Amino acid sequence: MLEQLAVILDALPYILEGALVTLGIVGGAMSLGLVMGIPMAVGLVYGPRFVRFILGFYVWFFRGVPILTLMFLFYFGIFDLLGLNLSALAATSIVLGMTSAAYQSQIFRGAIESLPQGQLKASRALGMSDMQGVCTIILPQALRLSIPGWSNEFSIILKDSALAYVVGAMDMFTRTHFVASRTYEHLTLFITAGAIYFMITLVGVKLLLALEKKVRIPGYTS
Amino acid sequence: MPSENNTPILQMQNICKTLSGKEILRSVSLDINRGELKVLIGPSGAGKSTFLQCINYLLIPEQGQIILEDTVVNPGVKKDLYNYRQQVGMIFQDFNLFDHLTALDNVAIALRKVKGMSKKQALEIARKELDRVGLSDKGDLYPAELSGGQKQRVAIARALAMEPKVLLLDEPTSALDPELVGEVLSVIRDLAKEGLTMIMATHQMDFARALADEIVFMQQGEIIERGSPAALLKEGSGTRTADFCNKLSDMCEELD
Ligand SMILES: Nc1ncnc2c1ncn2[C@@H]1O[C@H](COP(=O)(O)OP(=O)(O)OP(=O)(O)O)[C@@H](O)[C@H]1O
Ligand SMILES: [Mg+2]
Repeated sequence: MLEQLAVILDALPYILEGALVTLGIVGGAMSLGLVMGIPMAVGLVYGPRFVRFILGFYVWFFRGVPILTLMFLFYFGIFDLLGLNLSALAATSIVLGMTSAAYQSQIFRGAIESLPQGQLKASRALGMSDMQGVCTIILPQALRLSIPGWSNEFSIILKDSALAYVVGAMDMFTRTHFVASRTYEHLTLFITAGAIYFMITLVGVKLLLALEKKVRIPGYTS
Repeated sequence: MPSENNTPILQMQNICKTLSGKEILRSVSLDINRGELKVLIGPSGAGKSTFLQCINYLLIPEQGQIILEDTVVNPGVKKDLYNYRQQVGMIFQDFNLFDHLTALDNVAIALRKVKGMSKKQALEIARKELDRVGLSDKGDLYPAELSGGQKQRVAIARALAMEPKVLLLDEPTSALDPELVGEVLSVIRDLAKEGLTMIMATHQMDFARALADEIVFMQQGEIIERGSPAALLKEGSGTRTADFCNKLSDMCEELD
């Protein structure tokens, strides 16, 4: 028992450093997914037919192909082909981010479509352009409604980030695996890593819940 | 200036609109002079809402043209379209307030985004407009915290803040509980007395009788009768309008 405790304490700084790498991957992927997902959602709802078609194809592709396949496809295939020399960490972030964009666009699209569209009409009637109406009236409300879905997406990406292992990014999972194969303390070490993943999820979800409460519109239900 | 009153401020000429293959407006024409209040009435499905939405190009008619103060509006040019819409305000049946903004910000937002005013300047005007509709103490409340009548008054303040030359109102009291209708009508009455040019679809016949300069009766996408309230609504005048109004009041009595 003491022996195992010593292994954990020994490995902990190394694993925690990996937790930072994991957070970096998740942060990068969530941000990329957000930056791509919002305009994609707007295009999916308000765009002309061919834009909707292209975006629909994107969403279908990234939702339909396993992330592990995407990791290999991009890291060993497409990024190479484009002559991009990306670090394993950046590559993981980008692949997860592009996948997340597909899911996030669906979260935002659902939120936009759930809003009463008369508000956009009212903004037009005041002389706003559609762009202004969407940016100042629709998105601020849609993003509020998206926080629960976003929180869900966060916990999914956090778990998917362990796929960084296959391209050799030194995230928490990869490091835990290294130490485990050296010390043969698989059970102890993976329980430790699991606990840390669990804590990160808990904190992230709580923070987003706090954000949701903070931006809640007074008197507004639904 | 009486001469000014006799020139139309807004002219709709031969407006045609088809929706989903169905002809909704069949060459509707209407002129309105400065300071007039025209009331649109007619059975459900007559095309009143469609016509009002065509007037400020929320719907683009397939045919016909609109002339605002001698200038033909070209809705194909975005800048002209946005500019035109600023001058022709619209009040909707279901208010369409911006749910994430306080009453004050609902009024101020277009002043900032469309007219490019500073936040301070916009809020100052917003306060003044809310005061005008009797809501100076509700500025910090969100739409979900207001009653229907208060929401519609905020919507009116929001439209007035843009200083429109013409205000379109599409059944502004139809979504309200009966006890809240009065507060909204009294705001509109004040606007009429101040000389704001308005086109209003409504089923409030007492209001129309008292304040309308002209009643315009629509049916199946056409204007089939028009005239002063006195002429159209006179007992035994035999007009379709009078007939329709009698049916309306019968219906109200049944409901009571
Ligand atoms: N998007 C649409 N597609 C097809 N038909 C439509 C559409 N919008 C409205 N209509 C039809 O157009 C006709 C006129 O509708 P409109 O809403 O203008 O009538 P209205 O006079 O305002 O009636 P109400 O008193 O019920 O408000 C109706 O027959 C309606 O069914
Ligand atoms: Mg209508």
